[in-house]
Amino acid sequence: MVTAMDKPQTTSVSMPVSPVGSQPKVEVQNLRLSYGTKEVIHGISFHIESNEILGVIGPAQSGKTSLLRCINRTIDFTASAKTTGVVKVDGEDVRHLRDVYGLRRKIGMVAPLPVGLPLSVFDNVAFAPRAAGLRDKDRLNELVERCLRQAALWDEVKDRLDSLGTKLSGGQQQRLTIARALSHEPEILCLDEFSIAIDPVTTMRIEEVLKELKEKMTIILVTNLVQQARRLAKRTMFLWNGEIVELDRTEVMFSDSPKDKRTYDYVNGIFG
Amino acid sequence: MTTRATPVPMATFAETPFVRRKERTEKLARCFFGMMAAAMIIPLILIVTYVVVQGWPLLSWEFLTTNPRGGGVRGGIWSALVGTLYLVGLSLLISAPIGVLAAVYLNEYARDNWFTRVVNLAVVNLAGVPSIVHGLFGLGAFVYFANLNEGKKSIIAAALTLAVMTLPVIIASTKEALSSVPISFREACWNVGATRWQTIWRIVLPNSVSGILTGVILQVSRTAGETAPVMLTGVTTWKMLDSTGWFLYHPVKDQCMALSMHLYYIATQASGAPKALPFAIATVLIGVVVLVNAAAIVFRIYLRSRKKW
Repeated sequence: MVTAMDKPQTTSVSMPVSPVGSQPKVEVQNLRLSYGTKEVIHGISFHIESNEILGVIGPAQSGKTSLLRCINRTIDFTASAKTTGVVKVDGEDVRHLRDVYGLRRKIGMVAPLPVGLPLSVFDNVAFAPRAAGLRDKDRLNELVERCLRQAALWDEVKDRLDSLGTKLSGGQQQRLTIARALSHEPEILCLDEFSIAIDPVTTMRIEEVLKELKEKMTIILVTNLVQQARRLAKRTMFLWNGEIVELDRTEVMFSDSPKDKRTYDYVNGIFG
Repeated sequence: MTTRATPVPMATFAETPFVRRKERTEKLARCFFGMMAAAMIIPLILIVTYVVVQGWPLLSWEFLTTNPRGGGVRGGIWSALVGTLYLVGLSLLISAPIGVLAAVYLNEYARDNWFTRVVNLAVVNLAGVPSIVHGLFGLGAFVYFANLNEGKKSIIAAALTLAVMTLPVIIASTKEALSSVPISFREACWNVGATRWQTIWRIVLPNSVSGILTGVILQVSRTAGETAPVMLTGVTTWKMLDSTGWFLYHPVKDQCMALSMHLYYIATQASGAPKALPFAIATVLIGVVVLVNAAAIVFRIYLRSRKKW
């Protein structure tokens, strides 16, 4: 009990540089990741402030998805993966956490391809809260409705919450995936190329939702659509071959004079 | 306009001798391969009809439900039928839970290390051991070493031997069924903070249960037909059943008769058996296997109709 109460205080004391309240939500220091002998992330450092949308752009194989997996520690499931460096969420090093399930609940993760679990629409969204031990029917009902509304899916499925999540259309399944990622009330939302499988109209609707969610949570938006980062992100990171080429305010990244020539070339479609 | 379009495409697809020869080869090949496939049906039909026709005169409800008499050559096959059901049921009761749980470990939990590799190697190799060797092992391990029935053969020893024999196959088929559940489902569960066990219990097992059960049920037909391993460990040629006892056989203290062994005995050892008797026994054996397999097929169709993705 006492140690649990003390913990946040000790962290803030040990880091006198950043006063309490402005502690970065996510902090990555010199992160290296290798699969077997092949290093895919070569020592990157950055931080993400609370309630900001950080856009992450970069071509395929540049380590974007691996980076997200390091943050929520699903990288553990890849036996050959080795990480070094520090990944802190709310000031705690995730690599030495006991409660990894609590960490994952703090982070909502949306994969590129929609995954409807072979359960009813309702159970898809109620899966995470139930896994965390929530049994109360009324609270589950309320939670499921709220998440489906946030994911702009409620109106389409409210009459068939009992039908299978896997039988929804691709775009609906992707919104179901987003609803599921919101269902454990995360503080950080990671979207990994969420718009690959959905049409532009739905994409725009979800983007509107993200602008609202920003008030409540921190969002990491990995995207292949550089314009999507431009529309949404406060800052944008250009990741290439496992290194950060440039990380700056989105206006600067998309201006005529970003610090790195490669950034200019990439966002303007000259390479990548 | 019209004059310009006509003759050119005709020439492109003209029927040359080369094209005709290709067509002929194609037809011939299709016909030949088809015949080979059809040839598969012939032995099946021949075996089943021959056996059933030969055994038919003896088959009756009474044949199934009366004990053999006169050294096995008269009366029915009641004690052998019950013995086979005992062996099959008991052995699956042992091997199915162990096999399924082991497969869940291997497929869902195990990392790729020396232990996993050794277990997988054991599974593959154990599946390739001849059944008579299993029988010898069972005799040494369960009858003599474990001494389950004061150094005598017993039903439980035979069931354990059959269980050891079916275990690797059940593990293999269960692993197959588990890995047919897409990895993306598991990742989706892990991402929302579910443990491995929650993922297995809520998603993986419910969606692989049809495959798992099919694999288990298919082992019924295999165990029902095995002779060598049970002959050494728990099956005798002669055991009457009094129908008063509730359990019929005592699983530890009794030896039992079995259809496969009875068939071998009648066909080769007993003198004066009616010619139809072995065929009648074979028909019953086939019947048991077909019934179980049919149940498995119906069950699988039912589960597949509820397939969720």
